[in-house]
Amino acid sequence: MKYRTGLKRALRHAHVAPDGELGPFLFTPDDRRRYDTPLLETWRRAHYEHASVYELPYTVAEGFAAKHRIDRATFLKRIEPRMTRLERLRVQESASRGKAAVAVDLGSMPLTRLASYVLSLPVPERVDRRGELTGALRAAAVRAAGRAAGGWGRVAAVLDDSFSASGSAQKRRRPLAVALACHYLLAELAAEYVPLWTSGRTDALLAHPYGMTPLGERVLDALEHAPDRLLIVSDGWDNAPYGLASEVLRVWRARLDPARRVVAVHLNPVYDAEDFDVKRLAAAVPTVGVRDAEDVPALVEFARFTEGRTGFADLRAHFDDRVARFLEEG
Amino acid sequence: MTVRLDLTGLTTRAAQVWGGVRLVPLTRDEPITGLRLHARAYGDDPGLVEVGRRTHYVSYIPHGFVATWTDDDTPVAAYGTQLKAHGTLAKGGDEPPVHGMRLRFHRRMARRVERNRLRFLPLHLAVEGYLALHFGGPQVVWEERSQRAIRRGLSPRVEEAYAGVEVAGLADALKHFEIHPGQCGVLVYVADALASAFVVPHPDDYRALHATLVQDMYGELVHYYATFGMPVPRFDVRLPDDVASLADLRAVAAREQAEWARFHDATMADGLLGESYATNRVYRMGDYTLSRFLPTFRLKQENHVGELITDRVGRTAYLKTFRLSEAQIRRGHLLANLAAHDWHLPTSAAALGITEHQLGLRLHGAGFGALIREDVLAHYRAENRR
Repeated sequence: MKYRTGLKRALRHAHVAPDGELGPFLFTPDDRRRYDTPLLETWRRAHYEHASVYELPYTVAEGFAAKHRIDRATFLKRIEPRMTRLERLRVQESASRGKAAVAVDLGSMPLTRLASYVLSLPVPERVDRRGELTGALRAAAVRAAGRAAGGWGRVAAVLDDSFSASGSAQKRRRPLAVALACHYLLAELAAEYVPLWTSGRTDALLAHPYGMTPLGERVLDALEHAPDRLLIVSDGWDNAPYGLASEVLRVWRARLDPARRVVAVHLNPVYDAEDFDVKRLAAAVPTVGVRDAEDVPALVEFARFTEGRTGFADLRAHFDDRVARFLEEG
Repeated sequence: MTVRLDLTGLTTRAAQVWGGVRLVPLTRDEPITGLRLHARAYGDDPGLVEVGRRTHYVSYIPHGFVATWTDDDTPVAAYGTQLKAHGTLAKGGDEPPVHGMRLRFHRRMARRVERNRLRFLPLHLAVEGYLALHFGGPQVVWEERSQRAIRRGLSPRVEEAYAGVEVAGLADALKHFEIHPGQCGVLVYVADALASAFVVPHPDDYRALHATLVQDMYGELVHYYATFGMPVPRFDVRLPDDVASLADLRAVAAREQAEWARFHDATMADGLLGESYATNRVYRMGDYTLSRFLPTFRLKQENHVGELITDRVGRTAYLKTFRLSEAQIRRGHLLANLAAHDWHLPTSAAALGITEHQLGLRLHGAGFGALIREDVLAHYRAENRR
């Protein structure tokens, strides 16, 4: 329904003849008097009848609402039951502008989405809703951490909120959102947690991309806390000065921690299109790409495996455990 | 009056590289709050600055600045982002002598708009100074000077400059540059040649003005370097292996950074900071003095012209420089030499170690042929052929 035009193009391109009512639905909808498939029939009726609009998925219904010139507030109020939780989160701002309220349960949102949502809010609003937002982020982090909560020992995290964390125009502030989500997740995973933002800020909720990336200095700060695990969430553009973080990590691994007592992992939320990989920070520390903060426990396990710290059996056990948990939750 | 540029209070930080452009940030521990600057966007239309009658010179002026200032050191946020309409759009009877582009007239380069406000156009002051230094006309009229040069001065007073957007890679470099929290200035290197230095009194000013660097003027040399230059190396940090503790590691990291700052100030920026300049005071307002400065026109070396606002003790509050191209340096060198000898060709030629007719032809070659009477020039040509 939602990708009708796209599907039509794909079928036409591949010369596939769709069977049943799909053919008329896609190619000759005007000739059809009625459909036997209920969803297609609702779609046909929605062209003429307001009530049918509200039985369609939200994104499809939105187009019909515009066509029928349905008032935005009325539309949102009646379509609300059909909305997915991400759609609810997305329309919060436009709904409040139109004096309509769409109930959203922030507590049930995935962690990284929630972090993106928090970063999309203006700073004064974040201050006003501090309790609510922090609570939701914590709850999401607790869920993402699952049984591993508190099991990571002393964790020091270097989190990049430099200007380059603004991300792309398509996914605005995505690197920063991942860093913020990691911040809350690591706080749950760690027994003792030290967050170090590159800008030196201490209030994570008010994060915004600002300034240069002194990763080297922050890594030094982090190592001073003598952590069990060091996590660096950054796009890897260490520019104040270039290569200091890499050198610090190299010398530290070679001279100060040759036994590899500390687990150090670099998590990179930015995919580098030029070499089809994420940018590495240092040879001494494994780098893994991270898309959602929820994957961090798995990724760290992977990183340890690639580094040769854990064997295949451990990795397998870890993933069996995760699969079991996923099935339990599902 | 000759001075050296005094960058006391500014700290050199690690450079950021993008392609052939290296940007070196300068930070201030204590921002200057008594002087603030604001951009006045004139759009991208070329402007024409009216200096006096018949002394228009053509150049590209993307914007002017307004200096806001208070006697005591109170912040001047109230002046904030006020934009004043510039009411000096008087289209005179003269046809603007340029390539058919729409021009705007700015009555004077620096003038009081109202109390406590000083408006001026960056770089123009400097380039105007460069042109005006000798083009006002020598005091003693020697017979060699043509009637035309006496009547009209050296005309047209045209210098070529390129907007920053035409400098390959500069716009991208500025876009990707991460501004330091206390940053009050930047040195722009193109193919590791210092193209421009820019210093403002306050970090907020810098943040506001950072993007305007791309609209500034850059010399021909910078344009060519950017077009033909290769990406410059990044100067990655190398740390020694012999450390015993984290404190040691921190110390060597700090030493490495200090080493870079020292290397930069003493070597990379030596062409700007190591030279002395002839300054010309334009305006004085409270504690601050606006002046423009000229280099000594050393041939085949870096020469920068620029404008400068200094406080009472001579520390730089505002600085903007423009690097001259080789041809401009040669012209400046010739003119400076002539001026030093009261525009007397034989003595100037002797000082340069060449004959009079060689100097005459060199002047002609540098575009100052109109200075010399046609028959004298013909005589020089004949002399040269002999």
